[in-house]
Amino acid sequence: MTHTEMVAALKSRFGAAVLGTVEFRGEQTVNVTLASIHEVMAFAKGELGFDYLVDISSLDHLGEEPRFEMVYELYGYGHGRHLRIKCKVSEDESVPTVSDLWLTADWHEREAYDMMGIDFAGHPDLRRILMWEGYPFFPLRKDFPLEGRPSDMPDVAFTGVAPLEGGPFVTSAGGADTVAREPRARRV
Amino acid sequence: MVSEIEPIHAAYDSKIEGNVIFTKLDSAINWMRKNSLWPMPMGLACCAIELMATGASRFDISRFGMEVMRFSPRQSDVMIVAGTVTYKMALAVKRIWDQMPEPKWCIAMGACASSGGMYRSYAVLQGIDQLIPVDVYISGCPPRPEALLEGLMRLQRKIETETSFVDQKKELLASLED
Repeated sequence: MTHTEMVAALKSRFGAAVLGTVEFRGEQTVNVTLASIHEVMAFAKGELGFDYLVDISSLDHLGEEPRFEMVYELYGYGHGRHLRIKCKVSEDESVPTVSDLWLTADWHEREAYDMMGIDFAGHPDLRRILMWEGYPFFPLRKDFPLEGRPSDMPDVAFTGVAPLEGGPFVTSAGGADTVAREPRARRV
Repeated sequence: MVSEIEPIHAAYDSKIEGNVIFTKLDSAINWMRKNSLWPMPMGLACCAIELMATGASRFDISRFGMEVMRFSPRQSDVMIVAGTVTYKMALAVKRIWDQMPEPKWCIAMGACASSGGMYRSYAVLQGIDQLIPVDVYISGCPPRPEALLEGLMRLQRKIETETSFVDQKKELLASLED
C-alpha cells in the first residue's frame, strides 16, 4: 500500500472525521477530529501497519480556539513509511490516551501534560515527568515567561525567577536572519 | 659485663624519641580531615566528565587523598555538585546532602552549580547555594581538572582553620554555667 492509498483508506473509513490532509515533500499529514482520534490511531496501527509511535508533541495556538493541537508521528517498520496525525483540543477538553495501543505513549503523554497541561483521559499514571510533583504551572504554554514564575510549596520545593539581564541568553523568533535573531542584536 | 640502664625519668623515653609530636587537638583533627576528604560525586551534567578526568590517572586526585569517591552519602565528607541543578534534581541533591554526616563541605563546580550558568530558565535552580551552604565555588564551563584540584586544595586550607574542638569546649563550658 502506498502513502496516498493509506491516506485514502483513512478517508474512506472515517469520512467526515478526517478534516483534511496535507502532503508536503512526501510527508503525509492527516487532520482528524478529537472524537475520532483513538479510533484513527487504532486503525493506523491495526490495519495500516504503523507499529511504532515515534513521538507525541503538542502545540499552543494562544488566542485561537481550540487552543491546543496534538501531533502524533507514526512509523511502520514493515513498510518503512511515516504518517503524521494531528487533532485540535480546546482547553477544557481531554484527549483519549493511546497508551493502550503503544506503551511508549505513556511517557510522551505525561510530558505533554507536564509542559502544556493537556489532560489525557484513561491514562494509567498521569503525573508530571520533568517538573517536580506539585509545580503549579505549565511552562511550555505561550503565556508562560521563559524566566519562570515564583512558586513555593513549604517543605517540598520552590522555584524562583531566573535573572535574564546582563547576558545573551535567548534568541528572538522572527528575525530576518540569524544575526538579527541573536540575543546580542537587542542590546543597545 | 654491661648492665642495662633503666630510664629514670618516665617522661623521657629514648625508644620513642622522634615519634612524639606536641600539637593542638584541633590542628591534629584538621590535619587528618583535610588529607582524607571522601567526595560525594554529584555529577549532573558535563562537569561530571571533568570530575571523572580528575579522578583518572592523568590528574590523579589521590595525590591529595581524595580518591575515595563514595556513592553513599553516609560515607562522604565533601559533596562536589558538578553540573546543572534542575529544580527536580534539586530535591534529590538536598536530600543526599541531609543524609551526609557532619562535618561536611560542599563544592559548587562550574558556572551552573554556582549561579545557574547559561541556563536562565524556569527549570533550573539559579545556584546550589540557594539550597545548601557552599564552601568553594569553582568557575569555568566546565572547569578543567586543575581548577577542581585547586578548589579542593582551597577547601583543605579552609579546613585547616576550623576550630571544632575549641568550639565544643566553649559550648560545654557555656552549658555548665547555665
